[in-house]
Amino acid sequence: MAKRIEVEDLDVYYGSFQAVAGVSLVVEPRTVTAFIGPSGCGKSTVLRTLNRMHEVIPGAYAKGRVSLDGVDLYGPGVDPVAVRRLVGMVFQRPNPFPSMSIYDNVAAGLKLNGTRNKQELDETVERSLRGANLWNEVKDRLNRAGTSLSGGQQQRLCIARAIAVRPDVILMDEPCSALDPISTLAIEDLIGELKEQYTVVIVTHNMQQASRVSDRTAFFNLEAQGLPGRLIEINDTETIFSNPSLKATEDYITGRFG
Amino acid sequence: MSTSNLHFATIKHGGDRSFRAGAIAAAVVVVLLVLFVGVFLAVLAIPSLRRDTVSFLTSTQWNVGTGTLQFGIAGLLWTTAITSVVAMILAVPVAVGTALLVTQYVPPRVGSTIGFLIDLLAAVPSIIFGLWGLKLLGPFLGPFYDWLQRVLGWIPLFGKGVESTGNVLTASIVLAIMVLPIVSAMSRNVFAHTPRDHIEAALALGATRWEMIRTAVIPYGRSGVIAASMLGLGRALGETIAVMIILSQTTTEGINVSLFAGGETFASKIANNAQEFDSPAKTGAYIAAGLVLFVVTFAVNAVARVVAERRVS
Repeated sequence: MAKRIEVEDLDVYYGSFQAVAGVSLVVEPRTVTAFIGPSGCGKSTVLRTLNRMHEVIPGAYAKGRVSLDGVDLYGPGVDPVAVRRLVGMVFQRPNPFPSMSIYDNVAAGLKLNGTRNKQELDETVERSLRGANLWNEVKDRLNRAGTSLSGGQQQRLCIARAIAVRPDVILMDEPCSALDPISTLAIEDLIGELKEQYTVVIVTHNMQQASRVSDRTAFFNLEAQGLPGRLIEINDTETIFSNPSLKATEDYITGRFG
Repeated sequence: MSTSNLHFATIKHGGDRSFRAGAIAAAVVVVLLVLFVGVFLAVLAIPSLRRDTVSFLTSTQWNVGTGTLQFGIAGLLWTTAITSVVAMILAVPVAVGTALLVTQYVPPRVGSTIGFLIDLLAAVPSIIFGLWGLKLLGPFLGPFYDWLQRVLGWIPLFGKGVESTGNVLTASIVLAIMVLPIVSAMSRNVFAHTPRDHIEAALALGATRWEMIRTAVIPYGRSGVIAASMLGLGRALGETIAVMIILSQTTTEGINVSLFAGGETFASKIANNAQEFDSPAKTGAYIAAGLVLFVVTFAVNAVARVVAERRVS
């Protein structure tokens, strides 16, 4: 299931503005990689190029190569819709579909894939909710609206929705920034379990979080506003936080940034 | 320190008070106007209703010339309802379709141009729509009507109607075009405000554009579209001039349910006979018909508001 991601010399543009320049990195299967860096450094943009979600923004395009187990995601004839079925995403703000029940939210992706078999749907919904550590809290009210849950539960519901389609990779764009510390802890525990099956890439502003959940950490930075963001350093999380090779990284992680 | 130096400034609230009074006065005037219209209609209609010798709600007769009053609104109600409902059946899919196209498929600049063109329809006076429907659209669709009646004539809805093309269907099509701008504009507005979160949630699951629209945009906009349709329906129910010009008046008793029938709506009946309001009793009969239209459109608009409000919460 889990797959290796390779990014080679990636440039990302929003129209004429270059947001990211020259990013190359490798994400190994069954690991958690954290992207850290100041606002505007392009870390979310790079994350979105991993499932071509940046293309949702009019005028956005990427140059370079992003591959999943060696297969170019931007190759000719590759449908971005197909890419997103293999590379799932969880967003900053929990975004369950408000018109759908808990059950239907989790089943939404499967239904898009054409699954109608009730038993298969039931099993997947239970497996996914268990996988997101939410099953015990919601198993008696699967027909309630997804938006009736608390913020942290909604975010776990979104994770359940993402893993229901059995993706190879899960991208998380600041998944805890709208959550309280208890809910954050629940998500962090979950990330630790998810990496047993999936490749996880997480963008976070919280450096303690990066050090708690990730195996590898990538630090992004930009020289000045208006210039493209770049990957400064990527290494084992322990190394980045204890013995970074560059001064810029050390300044950022110790709070002496800017 | 026993006495504090803390000093609260004196704030003048004169502006607050006068604005509040003005706003309340404006609101009261609006409510009173609506009440006044309702009361006016009722007061003028009741004496004639008392003297009506047939059932007002179920009769299709309309003899108010001399002697005993015989008037019922069943025919008017039917024609008003069928023209408006058919108009909505034609208009809503087109309005929703264009709204989705404009907000979800084409680039924003193209979208706003198309939206602008649709909105221009609202600027066409209804007398022009009436003339166009009577002289151009009706005759143009005549052969199609003949064919429809030959093929589906066994269904009462497509049965024998009037000879001219000034029938219910022509009126409905013209009404559909007339309500299109309002339904389309409101639908565009709700669809355009679909939260980015919902759209991205669907796309990130691997939804195609249409699947994204189905899972995120339409559920979000549904109640807004319903509210827009109800407002359009309210407009169609009350439209006068275009319908009056297009619809052939018929002399036959009873209701012909065919789309090819002629007839009169509340509004066109009143407008057609406005020059005959010579006695209070006669006038009262028409006003009673107007009162029904008033109540029906009021109810439709009220439902629209309730649906629209519910969306917010």
